[in-house]
Amino acid sequence: MQIARVIGDVVASRKEPAFEGVALLLIQPLLPDGTDTGRPLVAVDSVGAGVGERVFFVRGKEASFPFHPVEVPADAGIVGIIDHWSVVDDAPREGSAG
Amino acid sequence: MVLARIVGTVVATRKDPRLVSNKLLLARPVDPRDRSRLEGGYLVAVDTVDAGVGETVLIVSGSSARMASGMKDCPVDAAIVGIVDTVDLNE
Repeated sequence: MQIARVIGDVVASRKEPAFEGVALLLIQPLLPDGTDTGRPLVAVDSVGAGVGERVFFVRGKEASFPFHPVEVPADAGIVGIIDHWSVVDDAPREGSAG
Repeated sequence: MVLARIVGTVVATRKDPRLVSNKLLLARPVDPRDRSRLEGGYLVAVDTVDAGVGETVLIVSGSSARMASGMKDCPVDAAIVGIVDTVDLNE
């Protein structure tokens, strides 16, 4: 899973029938320090996330699991809204790769 | 999923039998913040929503592409699953 910020919504009236009633949100992946990393992508939402919220999402076929048994053809899905996160200690260790 | 623009069509007479009668389109991802800007490599995607050249679409990649209508057990890794009307950005 990865951390992201919801930055918008996507409206598509012609789509796969399995997407009916499923929110499509535009998300921007984030680094733990809150800065953007990589390109924005479109994810399905199963937790009721909204624009501006920090979320975590899954990539791959697992994105469709919250909608089981409906087979939603999604490769990214928001599965949680983050209340807060903290990095306690990610300083490199002596003699380790990082 | 990524937002992409349909930039062309692909015709293949000899192909995997499971791809027969599927429409193949050439697409290129767009920058969601500026949909006129194409970025990244070209993709060949199967079309399940009857998209056309010039339209902005939603493309699903990887094994999830096989979950698109009629794509079960087909050798595909990119499928067009929606035609995008609007993108409301609010950063």
